[in-house]
This record gives sequence, structure tokens and C-alpha cells, in this order.
Amino acid sequence: MVVGTSREPRMRFAYWKEKMIQNHLDRLEARSVHILREAYREFKQLCMLWSIGKDSTVLLWLTRKAFFGHVPFPLVHIDTAFKIPEMIEYRDRLAREWKLNMIFGTNKTALDEKQTFPDGNVNRIMCCKFLKTEALKRTLSGEGERYRMNHSTGKYEIDMNKEPYTGVIVGARADEEGSRSKERYFSPRDRESEWDIAEQPPELWNQYKTDFAPGTHLRIHPLLDWTELNIWEYIERESIPIVSLYFDRGDGKRYRSLGCAPCTQPVESTAKNVHEIVEELRSGKFSRIAERSGRAQDKEDSGGLETLRREGYM
Amino acid sequence: MSSNSIAKPFDNREQFNLVIVGHVDHGKSTVIGRLLSDTNSLPDGKLEAVRERCRRNSKPFEYAFLLDALKDEQEQGITIDSARCFFKSGNRDYIITDAPGHVEFLRNMITGASRADAALLVIDAAEGVMENSRRHGFILSLLGIRQVSVLVNKMDLVKYDLKVLEKIKEEFGAFLEKIGVKPASFIPICAREGENIVRRAEWHDGKTVLEQINDFSAHEELDNKPFRLPIQGVYKFTEEDDQRRIFAGNVETGTASIGDDVIFYPSKKKTKIASIEVFSAKEKKTISAGEAVGVTLADELYVRPGEIMTKSSDISPRVGTRLRVQLFWMGRSPMIKGKRYKLKIASSRTSTFLSSIEKVLDASDFSMSFAKSQIDRHDVATCVIESIRPISFDLPTEIAGTGRLVIVDRYEIAGAGIVLGGAMDSKSIFDEHVEKREERWETSELTSEQRALRFGHKPKFILITGRNEERSKRIGMMLEARLFDEDYHVYYLGIANLDFGMDQDVEEKEEERAERIRRLGELSRIMTDSGQIFITAIGELDPHEIRIIRKLNAPGEILVVSLSQDSDTVSEADINLNENDDEVNSIRKICERLSIEKVIEDYVI
Ligand SMILES: Nc1nc2c(ncn2[C@@H]2O[C@H](COP(=O)(O)OP(=O)(O)O)[C@@H](O)[C@H]2O)c(=O)[nH]1
Ligand SMILES: [Mg+2]
Repeated sequence: MVVGTSREPRMRFAYWKEKMIQNHLDRLEARSVHILREAYREFKQLCMLWSIGKDSTVLLWLTRKAFFGHVPFPLVHIDTAFKIPEMIEYRDRLAREWKLNMIFGTNKTALDEKQTFPDGNVNRIMCCKFLKTEALKRTLSGEGERYRMNHSTGKYEIDMNKEPYTGVIVGARADEEGSRSKERYFSPRDRESEWDIAEQPPELWNQYKTDFAPGTHLRIHPLLDWTELNIWEYIERESIPIVSLYFDRGDGKRYRSLGCAPCTQPVESTAKNVHEIVEELRSGKFSRIAERSGRAQDKEDSGGLETLRREGYM
Repeated sequence: MSSNSIAKPFDNREQFNLVIVGHVDHGKSTVIGRLLSDTNSLPDGKLEAVRERCRRNSKPFEYAFLLDALKDEQEQGITIDSARCFFKSGNRDYIITDAPGHVEFLRNMITGASRADAALLVIDAAEGVMENSRRHGFILSLLGIRQVSVLVNKMDLVKYDLKVLEKIKEEFGAFLEKIGVKPASFIPICAREGENIVRRAEWHDGKTVLEQINDFSAHEELDNKPFRLPIQGVYKFTEEDDQRRIFAGNVETGTASIGDDVIFYPSKKKTKIASIEVFSAKEKKTISAGEAVGVTLADELYVRPGEIMTKSSDISPRVGTRLRVQLFWMGRSPMIKGKRYKLKIASSRTSTFLSSIEKVLDASDFSMSFAKSQIDRHDVATCVIESIRPISFDLPTEIAGTGRLVIVDRYEIAGAGIVLGGAMDSKSIFDEHVEKREERWETSELTSEQRALRFGHKPKFILITGRNEERSKRIGMMLEARLFDEDYHVYYLGIANLDFGMDQDVEEKEEERAERIRRLGELSRIMTDSGQIFITAIGELDPHEIRIIRKLNAPGEILVVSLSQDSDTVSEADINLNENDDEVNSIRKICERLSIEKVIEDYVI
């Protein structure tokens, strides 16, 4: 075995420089890949939520890294019917190109009964609860209809598989807001998807909680340690295709966070590409403005999002 | 889409994890709140919003409210769970974890602390060293966190008397030394006023907290240690005709390159690295510590997740079934003898039992007990654990990643600890079990000789193993039919009948294999005792598993028939069948052997 002490100083310098290549993004990537592989190793009924936004798209990219170009579990998208049309277009394009096992679900009853905001008869928070939380619960459990892309026709068909997904990989980041900063990488929820924050299991080093009583549902969060800036830096480094709504396309506005059209406002910004977004976040106008400031449901009451999340909001 | 950008100096930032620990109310959350706000790291408007909310609810403002984001936390004024916060300084992206100080949230503190590169331990100058100051200090040392700075807070309450600082330094310094932690500094601060956090107060000429954390050194140099790659998964995705069989995991230490000779532990299988696989990245010839990687091998080896890949030229890891460990117990129910737990080291998972307890330490007051028979919540125990299968490990002082462990009690991570070394010289719990079982074995009036005389043959357990399970099964069933025709008492057991029957409660996980094997061994002991020839066919067993079944079947007799290519399995078997043997030929070989051993009468074709 070679012992490091006899290395010449010049060699050591070259070595150190090479080592610097493992920078903050490499470290984040390695941990996320480890978590994804751990999830795949331990859970049979696994899926990944893909909101089409930048975070879950990075997550999808990391999955392809982890499994060498493959995505060995289905991607689930919850369509609230209020999403900006470009998002759906982009979703289906990548699903076809990357041969994804693509599934979407929706809360048809709430839409039919107009339990929606602002065109219907409920407030913002309730609308989120019906169109996202409820739709998600029912799609995951298999009670609600699932639509699956048929790659030979390129169209969605009703999925015959109604088995519940008990492990769900989610792109939540700790820096998004208070309650997310306290998440675990592997976070159990009870049958009702409720989150008991004070009673979270310990996680040590890279040993996660991977043993569960039957019936437990699990959220897996490989992106907890990433900040919004890290996400964009990584998108830039890896040239990950991103939906164009994030960029200013001539009107001096762009979306910083994507959600439903009625509740997500674009921000004033002239960033036209990934690099300009990175600059804007690093030292420019958004370096000190919270990402979700454009999302209305966070402001409803002091713990609006915490309440939503306790009940199963992603 | 912009493509590759030009590398800038700040593109190569470092990610650094910092944890802040200490007794409840000594000011941990305040320190972080101040650190964030005094370095301008808070989002615009955040501070004002929290101040405004306090005013509305007529509560005094606390910096802690910037972190204690949960409703319950703000109402009760405590930190319940570790929060991550982010800030940048110098060349670093920091993730700071605010750990809770209450003893009932200790597991949350451990969660936050385990991923830290360095720690700040806060002590209230007025209250002095408390129970959790010591307990947290101890946990830091157990978790392997070597860089610690002690912040003596609330200096305003002791009128900035530096004698108080000296006293704490003396008392707590001695304690830390005892547990092997060398503090980088003791910094007197007044967190609420922001003194010596970012801004140096005029009464202080040492480092500020910010200076101290920037001075903590980067991650430990891991590349020049022996190569260790715990295997997390073996992938073969067949879509789009992908033929690669990829061994994946995160490299703990060392480096390895294409063409290097490698050995897997504990199986000791040898091969070479054929290729390094990547997706959408530059081609790689070498993998090194910290990377999530995938490699293909020169030979088609059967290696399970949980093994550790090492380099032949490097020092090998240790292998054993008995480990001396230091364990911190968090479980609601105590750790007891005779109960099956799950042991996780690196990517391996095995069943384990508590074998003996040497001593138990109460980490809050450092009192020691040598007479405990169980390990209670919050105990720190030095004990021996034993597993049925051999495990490979290193000493954490040499390689942290393969030297620390967690113990799972049913579904919960209940214990965390480090390996102190292998523990030899004691009868294994396994041998002890078989001995006890035989002492208590109840026999009837009938002797085995009487049975043999009546049946016209001696009892035998015939275990057929090989990677081609279908072929093994066919041979097993044909052998049963053949012996039955000759009027022998024979029974073929389909393994699936156990899976959905006797083993129905055993989870379908790799680490539960040992339990299935154990049950099969116990069953064979009963079946051979009944005087039968008992046949079963099972997928590839490794040599260790064969030895276990032999032991459990004893004093019953066993014949292990191997259809394996694996040289270790072959050497452990009694008969090895050639790949080219057809089934009739295979059965002839087995029967000949049975007749040589006088299990059945002379065998003629
Ligand atoms: N007098 C004084 N009080 C402080 C100082 N730092 C924090 N505190 C108070 O100590 C209490 C506990 O602080 P907190 O940060 O919540 O403690 P934690 O439980 O360790 O997180 C709060 O009321 C703080 O305002 C200080 O430097 N001087
Ligand atoms: Mg606190």
C-alpha cells in the first residue's frame, strides 16, 4: 500500500487541484444518488413525483445518473387542470424522449363540482387540498384513476395497475420554508399521509430508516440539502432541459417557481437563460429574496404551508 | 439552453456541514439566528416579518424564531427538531443544523449531528456545564466529529467576567479530553447582542464564531486510505438491450482504476474492474472517495449488495461474526439478550444478537456500571454483538464509513455506535443454541435403529444447491421419484412451500435470508429424526450458509449436492455435479454416493 507522506509537494498540489473537482455540487450529487439507490433497494412499490418544475426535473436527472440512464420506477404527475399548458407539453416531450414510465392523476370530482379557486366555491388553501393533496392521495393509493403513457401510441391510457405506491420520492428542499427544513431524507407518514414532526425517526450518517410496519407510507427526499442556487448551478453544469417558463421571453417577466396559473405569479426579471438565472441568484436581485414569495398559499396564515404539509401536501 | 459555462473560481465552492449542540436554553438557536442575520444571509424581509409577528402576538422577539418554524416550537419556545439553514461565507456553502437540546429529542439531535463536519457546543456562562452539555459532547465523540468549538454564551449575565470562562474551560476541557475530543477553541459570546458572533466585542481579542467556522478544516483526506466500496446494488436493466451488469455504491475511501484487482468481503471473491460506468459525464478511468459510482467486472461473479469491494493491493477489512462495539441506545425498549436485531454497517444488513455487556456508561454524569444485563434508553454500552453471518468491517479510527453501525429494533433505528474490534474466544451463540437444543431434545420410545430397520434405509437430508434453481428442482424431484420406486421413505420439499407457509412472517429482504436458512436447518433436523430421506432444492447457497445448515441438521446426516460454479461453494459441498451431467447421470451419482455411505442398499442401474 502506498502511504501518502512520501508524495512530492508538486504532486500533492496537482492532486489537491484534482480533488477540488469534488466541489459542493459533486458532494450534493453523490448524496442524492446514494439516497435514490437506497430507496430503490428497499422499496418495491416506489414512484417519483414529477411536478415539471426545476427541482423534480433535477431529481429525475439524478435518477438517470444513479441508474446509468434508466429510470426504474414510474413518474407521477398530479394534473390540477390549472397548470400552464407549456408544462404539460414539456412533460410529454421528455417522457417520450427519455422513455419514462409516465403516469398522471387528477381529482376529477373536485373539478366537476368546482371545488376550486378562484373560479369555484372554495378558498386557496382548500383548492390546494382538493386538487393537489387529495388528488395525490388517491392517485398513489390507486383509488383514483391513473393515466399512463403508452409509448407505442404516445397517448395516455387508463392504467390497469391499481396497486398502491407506498414509497414516494419527492423533490422537497429544506431551504424552501420552515417546516421543510426539518424533514428527514426518509420520512414515514401514516395511512392518512400525516406527518408527525416531533416523532421523526433518527437518521445517522448514511443509514436511513428503511424498515417499516406494513401499511406505512414513505416520502423520500433526496434534495433536502440543495438550495435554489445549487439547483440552477447543477442545471447549468449538466445542461438539463428545463421548461422555458423559467426564462424571460421578452416581456421582462419569468416564473421563479411553478405552480397553478391562478396562484403563481411571474417575477420581474430579465434572466433569459440558465446562466443569467444563476447570476441573479448568486449576486443579483434575487440573492436575498425567498423563492416562494410568489406563491400565495404560503401567506394565508402563519403556518399555512405547515398545516398543508402535515396533511400530506408535498 | 446555455451549455457549459466557463469555470469561475467560485464555482469550486466547498459544501460544509456544521451542527450546533448544547443544553436546552443555552442559546443555540440564538447563535444561528444571529449568524444568519449578521452575515446578511436572511431573505429580505424575513427578520422584519418575524419581529412584526411577535409584536402582533405581544411576545418578545427572539432570534430563535427565525429557525423554530413550527407552530408548536414558537408556542412553547423550544426547538423540537433539527432545522437546516444555509449560508455562504468565504469559499464555503454552509448547512447549519440547529439541534434540539431537550433530552426527549435526543434522536433529533443525533440525526442533525451525524452528518456534521464540525460542531459548535454552546454553554450558558451563568448556568455552567449541564447534563446535556456533557451528553452532547459525548455523542459528538461517538459520532466521530473531531472538530469542536465551545461557545460560552450569555457573558452579559456574568458581567463579562472572564474568570467564568476560565472555570468552564477547565471543567469542560477536562471532560472533553477524557472522551477524546480536543476543542479548537473556547469563545466567550453574548449571542443575543451579537457579540463575538460576527462582530468582535472590544473586550475580546480571540476568534469570533464566524472566524472559527471558516478555520475548521475541510473534510478529511480520504483518497489515500485503503479502497472501500460498499455495494448498494447490482443492476441489470435490460431495456433497450442494455447488457451491462453494474455494481453500484458510494466510495467510502481510497481510489481504484480500470484493470485493478479487487476482492469482495466477506465472500473473498476476486476479479478485476472491467469498466467504470457513468451517465452524461466525462469518461472515467479512476473512482475515488466520496463519489457515487458504478463499475462492471471482468468475471461474472455472484456478489450480493452489502459486500464491500476492496483492492487486492490495499489492506483488507476485518471479517468476523462477533464484534466488540460501543453503542448509544435510543430505543424505547431496552436492548436485551436473546432478541433478534438488525445490524447495518455500510451497505450490509445482518441479523444480530446481544451477546454480552461489558460496561454501561451514563453519559450525563459519567457514572459507570458493570453489572447491567440490558441496555436502557440513553445508555452508552460497551458490549459484544454477534451475527450469524460473517460481516466485514474496519476500525472507525482508520475508516469511519465501514466502522460505524446502527442497530434496528423491529422497525426503528434504536442504537448507533462504533466498532471497537473483533471479539473472539467464546462459543458462538449458534453452537450454544445447538448444544442446548440437543440437551433438551425429546425422544420417543422408538430408536433410529428401529426406524432404519423398518424403512430399509438410514435417514438423510439431501440439499441440492446451485444458481440454476430450476435444474436443482428437477433433479430433486426425479431423485424423490426414483427412491420412492425403490420403496424408500422419501420426501421432496418445495422451498416455495416454506415461503408461503412457515416463512410467511419473514420479510422478503436480503437480510432475512439468514432467518430462512435457520428455519430450513431446524426443519431438516426434525425430518431426518423421523427417519426419512428428506430432499430439498434451493438457489445458490454460500459456504457459510451450508455450514450453518450442517450444524443445525446435526446429529442428523446431510449430503450437500452442488451444481455451482463457485469454487468456495464447491469446496464446501459433498458432491459436485458437472454442468454437463444430464439429470439421469446426476441422480446416478447421488444414489451411488448414498449407497457408499450405506444410507441405501447397493445401488445398481
Ligand atoms: N441574557 C442573554 N440571554 C440570551 C443570550 N443568548 C440567548 N439568550 C436567551 O436564552 C433563551 C434561550 O435561547 P435559545 O436560542 O432558544 O436556546 P436553545 O434552546 O439553546 O436554542 C432565549 O430567551 C434567548 O433570548 C445572551 O447572550 N444573553
Ligand atoms: Mg433551540
